[in-house]
Amino acid sequence: MDVPVEYYLIVSAFMFFAGMYGFITRRNMLTILISLELMLNAVDINFVVINRFLYPDQLEGFFFTLFGLGVTAAETAVAIAIIINIYRNLKSIEVKNLRGMRY
Amino acid sequence: MLHTSLILITPLILFIVLGLFGKYLSPKAAGWLGTAGLLLITCLAYITAYHYFFEVGKVDGVYQKMELFSFSWLHLGEWLVVNLGFMLDPIAAMMLVVITTVSLMVHIYSSSYMKGEVGFQRYYALLSLFTFSMLGLVVANNIFQMYIFWELVGVSSYSLIGFYYTKPAAVTASKKAFIVTRFADLGFLIGILILSYYTRTFDFISLTDPKGALISNPASATFMGASVFTWAMALIFMGGAGKSAMLPLHIWLPDAMEGPTPVSALIHAATMVVAGVYLVARLFPVYYFVTPEVLTGIAYIGAATSLFAAIVACTQTDIKRVLAFSTISQIAYMLVALGVSKYEGHDGLGYMASMFHLFTHAFFKALLFLGAGAVIHAVHSNEMKDMGSLRKYMPVTHITFLIACLAIAGIPPFSGFFSKDEIMVAALHSNVAVFVCQYIVAGLTAFYMFRLYYNIFWSKDAHYHHTPHEAPAAMSFPLIFLAALTVAVGFIPFSTFTTADGAAFAGHIDWSVAAPSIAVALVGIGIATLMYKSESGKADKVASRFGKFYNWAVHKFYFDELYLFITKNLIFKYISTPVAWFDRNVVDGFMNFQATLTYTVSNGIKELQSGNIQRYVWVFAMGALTTLALVLFVL
Repeated sequence: MDVPVEYYLIVSAFMFFAGMYGFITRRNMLTILISLELMLNAVDINFVVINRFLYPDQLEGFFFTLFGLGVTAAETAVAIAIIINIYRNLKSIEVKNLRGMRY
Repeated sequence: MLHTSLILITPLILFIVLGLFGKYLSPKAAGWLGTAGLLLITCLAYITAYHYFFEVGKVDGVYQKMELFSFSWLHLGEWLVVNLGFMLDPIAAMMLVVITTVSLMVHIYSSSYMKGEVGFQRYYALLSLFTFSMLGLVVANNIFQMYIFWELVGVSSYSLIGFYYTKPAAVTASKKAFIVTRFADLGFLIGILILSYYTRTFDFISLTDPKGALISNPASATFMGASVFTWAMALIFMGGAGKSAMLPLHIWLPDAMEGPTPVSALIHAATMVVAGVYLVARLFPVYYFVTPEVLTGIAYIGAATSLFAAIVACTQTDIKRVLAFSTISQIAYMLVALGVSKYEGHDGLGYMASMFHLFTHAFFKALLFLGAGAVIHAVHSNEMKDMGSLRKYMPVTHITFLIACLAIAGIPPFSGFFSKDEIMVAALHSNVAVFVCQYIVAGLTAFYMFRLYYNIFWSKDAHYHHTPHEAPAAMSFPLIFLAALTVAVGFIPFSTFTTADGAAFAGHIDWSVAAPSIAVALVGIGIATLMYKSESGKADKVASRFGKFYNWAVHKFYFDELYLFITKNLIFKYISTPVAWFDRNVVDGFMNFQATLTYTVSNGIKELQSGNIQRYVWVFAMGALTTLALVLFVL
């Protein structure tokens, strides 16, 4: 039983746009971080699926996904460290309080 | 070679040491250091001059121009090379002696005159700078090096005139001196550029060689009806006229008397102001062979200036200003002599006389200034009305001053007589109008010098707050030394040393010219004796007899007012003001418009950078989607 490729792509597209929606609308930095993870995972799914359907006898897409996961984990660690520092300084992780990057 | 280069290096080192570290030295130490250094230079200069005149200078009976060393300092192109070098010829060797002697005397004199002044070390540093630049000027082997040192003497003169920089008059005078001479030097520079463009060289030896390319075959380009060389040499003379205070660029010299009196003696009487004469003498073959019309012009300018300055000197009451105008008049004498001179042998009498007068004038005029300094030191005033009967209090100053007065008046056997007589003879042989003018000036010179002399040392018994005292030893020694020189140097047979073509000729005193000029000098002295020896109303009566003319002379013929009118009412009003308006409104306006435009636009769009990442992402995502839609459905 073969699941058609479109089904996977629909799921990943849904995940990606859900992540983007969360990134844009959420005000809590942790939620934004989670939304970011969602977008990254959607991309990872795309890599695996397209590799599986277009070049079944090769593994580049899989490996790329593995590297992507590693980078994501590292990035998350850094992001959380930043968020903790922001919290220490501002006693809040609401993005609306972060106005230092304005013109 | 080494000892001659030390002549230039020592004062430069002294300037740097005294200028940078002077404040760590006590004033006394700084004075001693400067004087000792100058003593060394003086000895070296004497040795060099002796060596030149009596041992190596003469080849086949003709003094040669000797280039001791020369290195290329700026190499800008195939022929545009600026050298720095050291050239000796009779006039350079003579100037070395004059400069170092007068400078040494001034150094010794200043140690007492300037005692206790704020900035004593700075004063000595600047004197060293001046000595360095003046020596560099006279030994220059090319006209560009001369120009460099020419400006350096201008700078040192500027800073020494403005030595009392807390006094507004001194500051104004120093600015005036600098601006006027700078303006003249603009002509000098343009002249150098034109001359070197057509001759392809700066070098004095090749420029002034009578068989050289310039003199035997000058280029024939013309500009506005005159040959380019006429323009070049006239412009170069303009620089000389500025430094030597010739009409109409003389206005800075009387004001330059705001500086300390020893500085006036050194710079504004004996050495720097004769740089213009030296320049013309240095380029004399070019003037004589290529542009004789300029040389004639120099003679007329000199004659007019000497008459003008002598008349003004008769009416001034500030003793230093009298001396300043007398300096202008005497320098004009030297230029007259150059202007009427010819080149070969005995016909070059004017050239020799000019250099002779430069030599003798340096000593007696320095003596006059130093004597005036001693008087000012004693009575604390520059004005004649505060002086009188000082012969009782200051015998040494009195006698030395009298010797200098007799010398400048042209009474034998003092040195001025010999040199002035030669000038008279030279003028008579070539231009009778100029001769008559110089003859009158000789009488006027005797008159105003003795007017000065009587007003200081005889006349009334002025009331002094404290009894004037004789100058201390450090001040009277230079006076006595210079007085001895004033008596002695007239007997030097100059015609065997400094002549236009380098060959000696037999000089002799032409009594048919000398006798009338002694007579006119005696008449001048006699009139001055009648009018000023004892206090009487005669002087005022004579002054009122001259009426308006006397007033003109008191106001120096309104030259300062004329310049002020030209600058303030014409140049500032009709040129500078519109130019300033253009600069402020058009040039600045365009720049301000650009700035305002940029500011307004960026202010309008700066809201885009809100610092809100979510908005950035939103914009980015929408943009990406739009692009995608465009790619998919439109293209």
